[in-house]
Amino acid sequence: MCIGRLFHNLGAATEKTLSPLSFSEDSGGNGVWSGSMDSHSEVVERLRSAFRSGVTVPEQFRRTQLMKLMSMLKENEEKFVVALHKDLAKPRFEALLSELDIVTNDLHHTISNLSSWMQPEYVEKNLATKFDDCFVQRQPLGVVLIIGTWNYPLQLLILPMVGAIAAGNCVILKPSEVSTATDSLIAELVPKYLHQDCFAVISGGAEETKALLKHRFDHIFYTGSQNVARSILQAASVHLTPVTLELGGKCPCFIYGQVNILYAARRLVWAKFFNAGQSCVAPDYVLCSTAIRDAILPAIRQALEEFYGKEPQKCPDYSRIVSPQHWTRLMEMLGKTSGKVVIGGESNQEEKYIAPTVVVDVAEDDVLMGEEIFGPILPILTVESLEQGISFITSREKPLALYTFSDDSSAVKTVMEKTSSGGFCSNDSIIHMSLPSLPFGGVGASGFGCYHGRFGFETFSHRRACMLRGWALERINSLRYPPYSDERLGWLRWTTSPKFSCSIM
Amino acid sequence: MNHEQVVQRAKEAFLSGRTRPVEFRLQQLHALQRMITEKETEICTALKQDINRSQYDTPLLELIGIENEIKLAIDKLAEWAAPRSVERNLLTLRDEVYIQPEPLGVVLIIGAWNYPWAVTLQPLVGAIAAGNAAVVKPSELSEYSSLLLRALLPRYLDKDLYPVVTGGVSETQELLRLRFDHVFYTGSSSVGKVVMEAAARHLTPVTLELGGKSPCYIDKDCDVRIACRRITWGKFVNCGQTCIAPDYILCEPCIQGRVVECIRQTLLEFYGADPKCSPDYGRIINQRHFNRIMGLMEGYTPVVGGQSDSSQRYIAPTVLKDVPPQSRLMQEEIFGPLLPIVTVSDMDDAINFINEREKPLALYIFCTDKKAVKKMIEETTSGGVTVNDVMMHYTVSSLPFGGVGQSGMGRYHGKHTFDQLSHQRACLVRKLAMESVNLARYPPQDHKGYNLLM
Repeated sequence: MCIGRLFHNLGAATEKTLSPLSFSEDSGGNGVWSGSMDSHSEVVERLRSAFRSGVTVPEQFRRTQLMKLMSMLKENEEKFVVALHKDLAKPRFEALLSELDIVTNDLHHTISNLSSWMQPEYVEKNLATKFDDCFVQRQPLGVVLIIGTWNYPLQLLILPMVGAIAAGNCVILKPSEVSTATDSLIAELVPKYLHQDCFAVISGGAEETKALLKHRFDHIFYTGSQNVARSILQAASVHLTPVTLELGGKCPCFIYGQVNILYAARRLVWAKFFNAGQSCVAPDYVLCSTAIRDAILPAIRQALEEFYGKEPQKCPDYSRIVSPQHWTRLMEMLGKTSGKVVIGGESNQEEKYIAPTVVVDVAEDDVLMGEEIFGPILPILTVESLEQGISFITSREKPLALYTFSDDSSAVKTVMEKTSSGGFCSNDSIIHMSLPSLPFGGVGASGFGCYHGRFGFETFSHRRACMLRGWALERINSLRYPPYSDERLGWLRWTTSPKFSCSIM
Repeated sequence: MNHEQVVQRAKEAFLSGRTRPVEFRLQQLHALQRMITEKETEICTALKQDINRSQYDTPLLELIGIENEIKLAIDKLAEWAAPRSVERNLLTLRDEVYIQPEPLGVVLIIGAWNYPWAVTLQPLVGAIAAGNAAVVKPSELSEYSSLLLRALLPRYLDKDLYPVVTGGVSETQELLRLRFDHVFYTGSSSVGKVVMEAAARHLTPVTLELGGKSPCYIDKDCDVRIACRRITWGKFVNCGQTCIAPDYILCEPCIQGRVVECIRQTLLEFYGADPKCSPDYGRIINQRHFNRIMGLMEGYTPVVGGQSDSSQRYIAPTVLKDVPPQSRLMQEEIFGPLLPIVTVSDMDDAINFINEREKPLALYIFCTDKKAVKKMIEETTSGGVTVNDVMMHYTVSSLPFGGVGQSGMGRYHGKHTFDQLSHQRACLVRKLAMESVNLARYPPQDHKGYNLLM
């Protein structure tokens, strides 16, 4: 049955691929597959056939593929570090911590827990179903599409893939064309390590992605911007494909009341300038009182010097902007702001370098407060009360993350209760997303759905409700059959009364 | 007041914060409970006018379900709304790490006409429990129910937070142009696509409870008599207009005759010799659907039933055998009292048949062989499965109810509705102390510093 279907599809593919995949080499001499919609069809069909054959379903297969993914990352660690440096001048430390280790940690967590996650989940029953088996079965969805992005080109593509493989799906990866070195490396390595009929990498730009989205998938996982997310959702609606959107937004960092200025500054600086500010969960801007602002500026300077020395441009631990376009975008923002640059501001176009920069006297409608900054520019806005800060935050779109620095735990609690965001972290930033036991995702304009750890497994699974009944007790069943009577209804209502907390019938 | 103003008022009411306290939500749920209890007669009357629902079917099929959802929510709300602690790692051992369920904001609930009260109020229970405001848009096809809901809800619930908006296609389209924090839609797959596409413009997440053709497989070695009784009940209740009704039967040719006879016998027991005279047998919702269903039968001679009366929108409980897979009957969801039987050579053939088609909302398997049942469950997919009965998985509120693929996305019932209409916010509450531990992650980095962290 399965083999027949495979041959049938292969035959169909041969006919279709008269305008085949094209193989080219990028500037690094790496091979890259890209192609037209026809060639996409061949890949999608191949994965669909493989899924239908049932090969991805057994636990052993999933475990093996996850282990191979682990090997791929461990055996090519240096190659990834080099590629990430080519793309973003990513310091080795950042590459290891935020790209490789975060994924291998999740892989360890997933591999250890896979068996238990795959088990049927027996649920609480009611009186009427006392003798039945009621459970939730997790099933794979089918062929899923994961679209990555350029700021953490490895993590944001492979980490979702961990959940997708664990859940038993076939996966098509679409890396971002902006981070070319990493993407070529992924395109080269994935087919070498993972089962080629079940996992494929399709490269290309906006046009390619648009063509790819015309195909039908069983889930689409997208990390990126709101504008592109809209078109992806619209394309998905044609096929009723469920979607996970990991978007961005401006993550506020509210510093309030009594606080250890030096420690707060250090944590803030670390989070803000990691990857040169190009993180979806980086604190985008700071809200604090004038007094705190005046106290924290020297602390920020100090932290910056501790981290990157007196000349960050020469420091190997400081990254670069990913592309000339993004560098220009950021420099334009800096040029148009009505605020005052008090720290940094230096730049070098050739190197795509922008110094860690802090801007004060920024008004609410300043250009820096428009779109997500996604760069090493930190505006500080002043608010004089807790309420003012909260109201500032809630008047804007729900961000992916919200940070609060304060020793006053009731103030922290108030901020949390009166706002909403994807995630919340007090007295630190970013690291809340490194815990596999916490779901990582947005809300409102910052997205929907979540992943990491078990949440990734659940995102890429269908939770199927199963009830296995017996043949006995037909007399009880009869209560529900016509011809209806007051007496039967009376019995039914009695058995479903609150005393028994029983459901209908 | 136009729709934009209604939604804006609901939004402002939400932003005022009054839905946050659990006490408020409980109060609203109690009020909803009172509405169902006090107005049962009016609701039954409305349903009789809409769809000729018998006075027993209404509590059975709609009201008891809603009541149980309300009672469960009242009982468990404090627990559901509380922060949920999660596992910490070494770095966060001294921190508070938890998931905080939060309301989304304003939820749009679009109901359907077949169980107009259940499919609007059950999601509403979850929306209220989760602390949201909700705009309720019942289906205009169940007109009396829709108007009654519009009259009743504001008398019991907070008027600003839970407005009812009535109207047809153009009103719904107008509503969908506005921005909501979640859209919960029950209905057909084709309209589901339109809803999702409209929601896409605002990046609004959706729950789509759609339909499809739910297959019902009868194994030749099972107790065909009991199987057919259970199937007959599920198929013809509400005159087949149930999203999880068994749409068609798959069985081997050797038992087809027996299946037909058992169904015929059961129909006699349930509705008598002339179902048209039975007070327990429903009608088709409107002329358009009546014509649609009659059209599906064209060219086929039923073995049971087949009679109809357009003036009453009555179609007799009808069974057709040896139905070819490519017939019109087998192309679209029937949503009516026609039960086609398609023959298959064995269980594997049935599995292939099911897998060649879109993923259904429900799958029914009648079989005594536990291993065979396990195989069929594992080799197919569907929103839900009931084995040796029909529709019952819907009634257990701890089971998530929803579709997959063309039959929908998202799930609800019980706590699942609460979770579906909440944002699960990841929270990490740290202190500024223990800074020495953090030092390992800061630059400047060298080999030693990195190993310390790992």
